[in-house]
Amino acid sequence: MLIDWFTVGAQALNFLILVWLLKRFLYKPILNAIDAREKRIATELADADAKKAEALQERNEFQHKNEEFDQQRKALFSKATDEAQAEREKLLDEARQAAAALLAKRQETLRNDEHNLWQEISRRTRQEVFAIARKTLTDLAGANLEERMVAVFVRRLSELAAAEKALLTTGLKASVSPVTVRTTFELSSTQSAAVEDAIRETLDLETPIRFETSPDLIAGIELTTNGHKLAWSIADYLVSLKHGVDGLLAERER
Amino acid sequence: MRLSPDEIIFWQHGFIKLNATVVFTWGLMLVLTAGSIRITHKLSRDLNRSRWQNLLEIVVTGIEKQIEEVGLPQPRKYLGFLGTLFLFVASASLSTVIPGYEPPTGSLSTTAALALCVFVAVPLFGIEEQGVGSYFKSYMEPTFIMLPFNIISEISRTLALAVRLFGNMMSGTMIIGILLTITPFLFPIVMAMLGLLTGMVQAYIFSILAAVYIAAAARVKTPRPEPDSDG
Repeated sequence: MLIDWFTVGAQALNFLILVWLLKRFLYKPILNAIDAREKRIATELADADAKKAEALQERNEFQHKNEEFDQQRKALFSKATDEAQAEREKLLDEARQAAAALLAKRQETLRNDEHNLWQEISRRTRQEVFAIARKTLTDLAGANLEERMVAVFVRRLSELAAAEKALLTTGLKASVSPVTVRTTFELSSTQSAAVEDAIRETLDLETPIRFETSPDLIAGIELTTNGHKLAWSIADYLVSLKHGVDGLLAERER
Repeated sequence: MRLSPDEIIFWQHGFIKLNATVVFTWGLMLVLTAGSIRITHKLSRDLNRSRWQNLLEIVVTGIEKQIEEVGLPQPRKYLGFLGTLFLFVASASLSTVIPGYEPPTGSLSTTAALALCVFVAVPLFGIEEQGVGSYFKSYMEPTFIMLPFNIISEISRTLALAVRLFGNMMSGTMIIGILLTITPFLFPIVMAMLGLLTGMVQAYIFSILAAVYIAAAARVKTPRPEPDSDG
């Protein structure tokens, strides 16, 4: 008989006992250990993932901040550059304006100086010329000259145009103050008489005539009443010459 | 000619007898349990672990994976039964290298006992998974006419399981015995090595078949998910 039923039962029992024993001592502890390890690994992996996510987030945050900072810096920098540029242009403008003003002022000053110098020179020249002329004429003036002057005065008086003569006459007659005849040197009695005669004759004058001397005239004779004057003098010529020269200079300056 | 270690009887009292099969089984049980206790006594839960622990982990997870591949989605539930089946048969075969040792699986009584355990375990797991009514209804499918055939198939496959293991284990011993008388020295060693291999293969086949039967019984009648197209 190949099958011994007692042995079959015993072996079945043995097998069941072995199942229990191995379950108790082999599978359970081993599986528990494996589970614990896997759990631990999973925890560690999750932990690592969390840390990684956190790190990523922090990195993103940092990057974001960095970008923000960069932008801010760029904005500030560009603003500062713009401001500096504007300031520079403003300063340059001011400097240019100041320089232009200074230049204009200097040019003006120069022009003024030049003008003044030129005026001074022309004035001096004129003065010198006139002084020389005056001196020469003064030196030359004398009794004979007076005589000639009186003659000329008388002649001019007689040669006056009718309208002019009438104007002068009315002017002289209307005046209350006496008629004054001014000469450089004191006239001799004959001369003064001749002058008086000529005046009275020409102008039909009743008012008294007063004779005065005035060295300003250089050489000449002058008939004045209030507002009217009939004169011949070298000073007059000089004055008209001076006027002519001044006019010429003024024209040239322009 | 001795066919089975059952015939070596150490002690007998009437019906009760202590033969080599039972004794060697106890020996194997002792070794397996003591080894497990010894190794799992100081289990490491860290990443660093001893070589022995590593070996046991490989064995346990390997069995677990095999059960899962057969089609049992919760392998831990069946690990105790199927794993012990495999370990017992495998260690019984591997121990044939020890001189004087007779593999308990070379006894038809042992293989019948194991097959009976499977025979009982299959409906138990099936009932546990599907419920009593649903499980026994599966015997009458597709029609009630199939009931006797299903029962016959259940019994015959248990018998086949027992005889297959017994035949293989016994034949190993037998062949060595015969060859020893014909060509001593070299050839029996080769055959012994071959016997180790076939022992391992038989252990694998026995437990895988048991797993397949349990899987067939425990399968809940739900539409199976379509296999992946890239699978």
